[in-house]
Amino acid sequence: MLLKEGQIRIPSGCAISGIFAKDGKRISGEAIIKSISTMHDRSNGLGGGFAGYGIYPEYKDSYAFHIFYDDIEAREKCERFLDRHFDVVNLSKIPTRKNPRIINEPLIWRYFLNPLPTKLADSQLDEKEYVAKCCIRINTQIDGAYVFSSGKNMGVFKAVGFPEDVGDFYRLEEYSGYCWTAHGRYPTNTPGWWGGAHPFAMLDYSIVHNGEISSYDANRRYIEMFGYKCSLLTDTEVITYIIDFLNRKKKLTLEEVAAVIAAPFWSTIEHMEEKERIKYTYLRRAFSSLLVTGPFSILLGFDGGMMALNDRLKLRSMVAAEKDNMFYIASEECAIRIIEPNPDKIWSPKGGEPIIVTLEGGVK
Amino acid sequence: MAALDFLYPDYEVVRNFDKCINCRLCEKQCANEVHSFNSDLKKMIADDSKCVNCHRCVAVCPTRALKIVKTDHTFKENTNWTGKTIEEIYRQSSNAGVLLSSMGNPKPFPVYWDKILINASQVTNPPIDPLREPMETKVMLGKKPDTIERDEEGNIIDNLAPHMELDVPILFSAMSYGSISYNAHESLARAAEELGILYNTGEGGLHEDFYKYGKNTIVQVASGRFGVHKDYLESGAAIEIKMGQGAKPGIGGHLPGTKVLEDISKTRMIPLGSDAISPAPHHDIYSIEDLRQLVYSLKEATDYKKPVIVKIAAVHNIAAIASGIARSGADIIAIDGFRGGTGAAPTRIRDNVGIPIELALASVDQRLREEGIRENVSLIVGGSIRSSADVVKAIALGADACYIATAALLALGCHLCQSCQLGKCNWGIATQREDLVKRLNPDEGYKRLVNLVKSWEHEIKEIMGGMGINSIEALKGNRLMLRGIGLTEKELSILGILHAGE
Repeated sequence: MLLKEGQIRIPSGCAISGIFAKDGKRISGEAIIKSISTMHDRSNGLGGGFAGYGIYPEYKDSYAFHIFYDDIEAREKCERFLDRHFDVVNLSKIPTRKNPRIINEPLIWRYFLNPLPTKLADSQLDEKEYVAKCCIRINTQIDGAYVFSSGKNMGVFKAVGFPEDVGDFYRLEEYSGYCWTAHGRYPTNTPGWWGGAHPFAMLDYSIVHNGEISSYDANRRYIEMFGYKCSLLTDTEVITYIIDFLNRKKKLTLEEVAAVIAAPFWSTIEHMEEKERIKYTYLRRAFSSLLVTGPFSILLGFDGGMMALNDRLKLRSMVAAEKDNMFYIASEECAIRIIEPNPDKIWSPKGGEPIIVTLEGGVK
Repeated sequence: MAALDFLYPDYEVVRNFDKCINCRLCEKQCANEVHSFNSDLKKMIADDSKCVNCHRCVAVCPTRALKIVKTDHTFKENTNWTGKTIEEIYRQSSNAGVLLSSMGNPKPFPVYWDKILINASQVTNPPIDPLREPMETKVMLGKKPDTIERDEEGNIIDNLAPHMELDVPILFSAMSYGSISYNAHESLARAAEELGILYNTGEGGLHEDFYKYGKNTIVQVASGRFGVHKDYLESGAAIEIKMGQGAKPGIGGHLPGTKVLEDISKTRMIPLGSDAISPAPHHDIYSIEDLRQLVYSLKEATDYKKPVIVKIAAVHNIAAIASGIARSGADIIAIDGFRGGTGAAPTRIRDNVGIPIELALASVDQRLREEGIRENVSLIVGGSIRSSADVVKAIALGADACYIATAALLALGCHLCQSCQLGKCNWGIATQREDLVKRLNPDEGYKRLVNLVKSWEHEIKEIMGGMGINSIEALKGNRLMLRGIGLTEKELSILGILHAGE
């Protein structure tokens, strides 16, 4: 029997794409499907997925959990857990449509949740940490239940299949958001487990990633010291935890996070002016085990923004473009041109150089 | 009684008389007085019983007339009572003494380094060519900060503890002035300076001539406290407390008075000709809380400017001991495996006490991570690291850097005859005899050490590049890059690696 993600480490090649409206204009999911489907050959039908931000304005203050269940028993068990820890504002099946190429779907449910104030106070944790811990508990302790999205006013939609079919299956044209990321997966070996598809998300962070990092086990063994459990053994999972640890827990800025995971070479740091040199030296020394090597291009979605980052040698292709208030990024230029034939500017970001876009105003 | 004491020599000197020109160089070069000229026969003769098999005569013979062979003289074959075992009984029943040996454990215990294989990239990610791309081997050793602090403008405040910076993750391990010669120390110090790494004074203090290499020096404080004073502590880049040594865990040291000549007596701050005895324990450290006090005493004495290393021998309960040390205020833990070298150790201790460094390292690294205190300390491992491949495997198992000493001595000319305790090292390393010390030219010695470490550095970069890793930090603890071969489930689980093919 093939082992699934979490039982074995499976390297993947991939396609990624992202769209961001800096003015907060909400765009439908159709554009991102069109973009990622242009790179059809970069995935092999064993995983596709999307993350949309600003898609749940009516429930923007509640945590939106998207959960896969293997069976009704797992659902009942998980719902009992949710009832004990959260005030359930709303629950429903996530609407899907039949697609001949999307098969073996699990039960897919969505919950809008607020932590129970008494439970939260008892835990002595801050709210986000409480929610993150609940997700980890469900994913590691309730057999057959898997939370794959847990942020506010955002959601992940993923499945085994080509991304364009996944988008159709989830009826993404019915959602609109200010930011979309997409992923098409080319794993080298997988039994086709839906939880193993990307994006990988935790709270409002979501990651799509193309690459195979050579530092994986060094990063994993470090981050697991801080209460994370890498249960999928994928790059995307460990990178998400690293960013959560540095950005949310250690309060580093995203630029500083990039300087840790795609650190400048020592020879570059040596030639920086003093203030910069001290900062970069400090970050490399303090978090040396979180340096990520090997090829990667990642898109990090977060509340109100998106960051794109390549490995420091730029071993994976990644192209960025701008048109008025729109920002585009993708593994290949064609995936941008198909939705924006005449960008104002199109360029290939340097290795290790983060590109961060944020909303200039609130979500429109 | 002579017949009872007779032991047939282990090695025989074979001379090709067709080539020998009676130049008598072998005679002059052998401090063990093996060779002599027989004027009646008009030819050179050799007393095999004095030969330690150090190859000095073989190496200097201008006509290549000499070689040393293992004797085929034998007892009746017996796997239980080997010739070596029988002879040791004869020796002890003759002199009632503790058997002494030098250098590391030579017994056929498993060498785990040789049962571990390294990964390389194929297709799914690219190998990196170190000739075309930067390949970083620099490491920083020391405690990592717990919290990020910022000033009012939001700039990060540099709150890092004192650390050591190494251009390559290799250091020269402790060898005292006394156990090795002045010229050997000079070679190590100069090589460390040129390589951007550190050497270690060992427990014999620091000769005043070598204070100038301070930023590349680790000064050691051992149970005998020889040569320890304020200037000494302040002269180095780091201070090492030696609790134990892999070759002789639980045992102190003994430098015979015959080796305590003027310079050594001055450096060690002991009377001329007196035996230098290091007690087995530090008499102010009978437990972990005492160690903590010494760590902080040394930090107080040096104004909290230098990292403190605690060196321990790899013994059975190593993970728990290391966990205690990681909470003691020490910045770095050095672990010495049972194959580590020594200038003299009781043979039975050397050959039977302690555990392999590979297993000790794997269990310490894992334990410190499980307790969430791995970042409190850096880990240096030694005893014995024999090649760049061993270094790569050690780092992938979880070490920050490696100590080398036997390999460094080999670079200086040591031929591993394991007779350091005799003090007659023909290569000028483990001796204080002036005529012998002169044979080791520090100008040449330091260059050879530099060559050795540089060649390892090249090899480390090639291996890293093959794995698609371009910085040594991303290799540290990266156990997925390793696979075991021919190991049991238990061994694999201690090493924390998968079997080849998995």
